[in-house]
Amino acid sequence: MRPGRYRLAMAALLFSMMAVPAQAATIQIATTDLVFAPAEVSAKVGDTIEWINTDVFVHTATARNGDFDVNMPPKKTVTSVLTKAGTVEYYCRYHPNMKAVLTITP
Amino acid sequence: MFVRLSAAIAALSILGSAALAQGAKPTDPQIAHIAYTAGVIDIAAAKQAIEKAGNKDVKAFAQDMVRDHEAVNKQALDLVKKLNVTPEDNDTSKALSKQATEKLAELAKLKGAEYDKAYLANEVAYHKAVNGALETQLIPSASNAELKSLLQTGLKIFQGHQQHAEQVAAKLK
Repeated sequence: MRPGRYRLAMAALLFSMMAVPAQAATIQIATTDLVFAPAEVSAKVGDTIEWINTDVFVHTATARNGDFDVNMPPKKTVTSVLTKAGTVEYYCRYHPNMKAVLTITP
Repeated sequence: MFVRLSAAIAALSILGSAALAQGAKPTDPQIAHIAYTAGVIDIAAAKQAIEKAGNKDVKAFAQDMVRDHEAVNKQALDLVKKLNVTPEDNDTSKALSKQATEKLAELAKLKGAEYDKAYLANEVAYHKAVNGALETQLIPSASNAELKSLLQTGLKIFQGHQQHAEQVAAKLK
């Protein structure tokens, strides 16, 4: 009975490891004094971006190709999950001089 | 195009000549007053646009201007309070306000699409003029580091607004 239980436990462990292949990461991108930092970020599909707006102004992270459009209220942190691969240039709709790039691999 | 250019030149020359007339670079209390006044002027123009604009993008742009400039000016007020500086009225502030009042009256006479175009043209020209003044006079003249830093943030905000105004204007054509 004991070896059987052990095998079952091992199987359960293996199964759970297969079900969660690679842990999705959380990546922080901040807007401070009208600058996205870091300006270039690499991430994977499924990763979460924590958009930290330290400014007193509303910003957006708006993908030029339309893949995402995140509203960033002043002094707030919002999150979004990356769903599509690609090299995405994004900017702030309210301050188009704010520009950055996200490279998302599958 | 003519209106936009002439407004830019007028605003620039007012900023330039008023500062030159003083014969010396503006002091921090004067710089604070000029920067605050520049914000108040744009808020007044935006409030008129929220009332008068026909195009929804123009109206939204005006709302952005009110929101951002109120936020900058709140920071400016907090800073002068912290530094115990009293903003000091001066010829540049007076010239800016006088010109803005005239512009507001001029825009008040326009309607619909004509108004929308004129408002945006003036926004582009006005932000360009203020950016020039910030870059060449106000930022280099500021002696307090925190004031300088706030003006630098202000410059980035104004540059952003100028580009935003240009984009909205381009969509109107």
